[in-house]
Amino acid sequence: MSKYLVNLKINNIPVSVEEGTTILEAASRINFRIPTLCDHPDLNVAGNCRVCVVEVKGAKLLAAACATPVSEGMEVFTNSEKVRTSRKHIIELLLSEHNSDCTKCFKNGNCELQTLSSEYRIGDHVFLDLVKPKDKIQDISSPSIVKDDSKCIRCQRCVRTCTDLQAVSALAVINKGDQQKISTFLGKPLNEVVCTNCGQCVNRCPTGALTERSYIDEVWDAIYDPNKFVVVETAPAIRVALAEDLGFDPGLRVTGKLVSALKKIGFSKVLDTDFAADLTIIEEGTELLTRLKRALVDNDENIALPLMTSCSPAWIKFQEHIFPDLLNNLSSCKSPQQMFGALSKTYYADKINIKAQDMVVVSIMPCTAKKFEANRPEMRDSGYQDVDYILTTRELAMMIRQAGIDFEKLEDEKYDSILGESTGAAVIFGATGGVMEAALRTAYEIVTGNEVPFTNLNITPVRGMEGVREATIKIKNVKPEWSFLEGVDLNVAVAHGLANAKILMEKVQSGEANYHFIEVMGCPGGCLGGGGQPIPTSLEIRKKRAEAIYAEDEGMPLRKSHDNPEVVRLYKEFLGEANSHKAHDLLHTHYKPRKRY
Amino acid sequence: MDKQIKKVDIIFQMDEDCNLLDILDKALAQPADDIILDLIDSGLKGRGGAGFLTGLKWKFTKNEDSDVKYVICNADEGEPGTFKDREILDKVPEKVFIGMAICGYVVGAKEGYIYIRGEYNFLVKGLQKKLDNFNKHLKDRNLDFQIAIRSGSGAYVCGEESALFESMEGYRGEPRNKPPYPTVAGYNKKPTVINNVETLVYVTMISRLGVQKFKELGTKDSRGSKVFSVSGDTPIPGIYELELGMPLNQFVDEFADGDAKAVQVGGASGHCVPRKKFNDTIIGFEGIPTGGSMMIFNSTRSMYNVLHDYLEFFTEESCGQCTPCRVGCQQLLKGIEAVKRGEKPPSYLDDLKKLTTTMRIAAKCGLGQSVGNPFNSIVDNFREEIIY
Repeated sequence: MSKYLVNLKINNIPVSVEEGTTILEAASRINFRIPTLCDHPDLNVAGNCRVCVVEVKGAKLLAAACATPVSEGMEVFTNSEKVRTSRKHIIELLLSEHNSDCTKCFKNGNCELQTLSSEYRIGDHVFLDLVKPKDKIQDISSPSIVKDDSKCIRCQRCVRTCTDLQAVSALAVINKGDQQKISTFLGKPLNEVVCTNCGQCVNRCPTGALTERSYIDEVWDAIYDPNKFVVVETAPAIRVALAEDLGFDPGLRVTGKLVSALKKIGFSKVLDTDFAADLTIIEEGTELLTRLKRALVDNDENIALPLMTSCSPAWIKFQEHIFPDLLNNLSSCKSPQQMFGALSKTYYADKINIKAQDMVVVSIMPCTAKKFEANRPEMRDSGYQDVDYILTTRELAMMIRQAGIDFEKLEDEKYDSILGESTGAAVIFGATGGVMEAALRTAYEIVTGNEVPFTNLNITPVRGMEGVREATIKIKNVKPEWSFLEGVDLNVAVAHGLANAKILMEKVQSGEANYHFIEVMGCPGGCLGGGGQPIPTSLEIRKKRAEAIYAEDEGMPLRKSHDNPEVVRLYKEFLGEANSHKAHDLLHTHYKPRKRY
Repeated sequence: MDKQIKKVDIIFQMDEDCNLLDILDKALAQPADDIILDLIDSGLKGRGGAGFLTGLKWKFTKNEDSDVKYVICNADEGEPGTFKDREILDKVPEKVFIGMAICGYVVGAKEGYIYIRGEYNFLVKGLQKKLDNFNKHLKDRNLDFQIAIRSGSGAYVCGEESALFESMEGYRGEPRNKPPYPTVAGYNKKPTVINNVETLVYVTMISRLGVQKFKELGTKDSRGSKVFSVSGDTPIPGIYELELGMPLNQFVDEFADGDAKAVQVGGASGHCVPRKKFNDTIIGFEGIPTGGSMMIFNSTRSMYNVLHDYLEFFTEESCGQCTPCRVGCQQLLKGIEAVKRGEKPPSYLDDLKKLTTTMRIAAKCGLGQSVGNPFNSIVDNFREEIIY
């Protein structure tokens, strides 16, 4: 059914838009920007903040442009005297309950309320200061996220994100009137509730009420310490997003400049998490094939299938809280970040003759949950905390600015070796479906000796932004040792964003689905949409980052993890074979159930 | 101003020779469209305070194409100073049930709900008993309509129709964006008629007495009578059914203690009328409309305290979701305190009055939109009391 066009006038300019379009959207089509705070392209309409109110001719009340659909003959004014007075009042009201210590705020310079306040030149506050002293006490219990209620403007973007996008509901609205606030269950600290540390709320908070826990100063201290050897690793999704925080449009690939900037900042070695991503594929691919063999050939009923990826720390914590009965389905592989950390302080430290206790491993991640992951007790297999500090993409951009580096003018540089080599398969870890694609490229070849039967190795059925995607790959012409897989239809599924993960898990629980392998990423779009990535985010921006990721993959000389020469060398010199005893000691772990409340 | 105050007896009338169920049977024998036409003709407007034409509301809902529709009786009587629905539900609940059943028949709904405020839970047991009996009668008549009771939890804002739906659906009681309106997407996002308790009784009584009898009462813009909750400085507080369109001075003569300095018409969210305006104030939709609350204040009362109490109430009872209401109410409350203490100049009251204009046109629902009513009417008429 095609939608018919509605004709209206906005600021006396005629415009025709499809039925159901909001005034906000219609105005943007003819280049009138209406300010918003609670509205977000990823979220359901709230109509709470009222900053977007507009005047509709003949109506007694102003209309919230974000929540009001256009109607035939409507005459809208987006900047009339009434609108301007009300809008200014509303901004002033929001500021009166907002702790405006902007110069001390982590979001200084990237705050939607600050921008609006500046646009409307809100000077001395007309209204009384309503900030409650007790709200100024920040919740710093979480290693990932800081919650500051004194900055909260109750737009409820975080609540909608946590509930609708992520199906976690760690944050909810409590109380009413002047006591209304955003709270965890019973007001408990963030580290004691179901929060997965995904940071999607941080990505959408218009102010500084929700931010990442920053470790910039700790990292600078380590760099300045002459007794420390500071190694930095960068996740796949950083290279396609960092530029956004330094003034460039989404979708720009800056791998070489990223390496160059890190060297200029003063890290001793600049290495690549992608190396560990390739390693993950070998370990996880082998684990998958082993589980399939045990289940299908040995009929071992204790083998849990489908196997589920374990790279995303938000997803793991979600599973621990919400689906503890499926924890055995999680791959025992640590995430690439943690594999990297464990190897840095063992294999790598030996190689370069540095004592593990003198080494500081910093990772640059698109993620806030990685900060939590590094602090997990399971992540100390090197004898030390395997990864010391995690910085988000945003924090790295701040460091680059602090260091006075002119990012645009940087020459491309290459990652240091060893632990710096990677393949296209590792790069696509940054996009939803990427781990699945990388694993299939390798597993299929292990089993058949042939490349996956997709043009140019691009397994397009598992790509895209659909919330849950399924694919079936027929395994043909297997090697003799894998004869039990001959003709088998390998059923795989991919989900991104925890609400989609939940849909998938319920299918698995009910037995409705018959998958062999599932990839789940905690954040919409995968790591490229992670909670540590540049703000703002939207589907459009995430698609641009994904395009950049796949372009990076296509441009790599090596595109299959098992072709990574440094990984091959690692097995030869140190680990032995995939899933070896040593590999298990350093690169694998198990997770335990957590309570939901 | 020659109209005399007239006490009427329609709502609580105990008509010995009339079986209440006969009223229902009479209605069910009529075509639905005729009932709607009668209602529109009667001029009956919603008795909750907003005053929308009841017949029109039913017509819109009837015209919606949907298998599932609902009839909801709004018994979340939370407006300070209003206590008439409690009396109606206690004394003549069958008349409410019949109004709902007629509505269900007319609009094509199969389910009706009485959403009763948490504080009236003591009524529920008795009400349920009578309702069970009534539901049986509906079944006997093969009318595919049943009524159930839903209890609120005490939030004032849940009297706002869309917040009431949210509450019934199990969510936080927060008003929705409009459109869509309830007649299109109400409870469970289905077409819904939501009427005040009293409105539904008048539907029943119009059916019983005929349109003409109802139209004889009241004025052109305010047909019929209305149940008033009279409280404050009066020797005879209580519930009175009075003809609409009466001048306030007559009301004061009848009910006040001889020393009235102001009447708050329409509860906390209504208007405060000072003595000097008693003579030219009409109680009705052409003057000051009311959901029934009439609070009388005599000269011993501080109007600062009155306003302060109202603002405290709104500050607490705002659902908190929209900025103009959540923060606006706090600013008004703290603002008059600051003026009283001399921390803000008297002219700050004018800044606050401008703020109430924003609240009136930009708040999401009727709660925030109407806080300016008591604020402006009290500040304008009793400015000295607020300042000094």
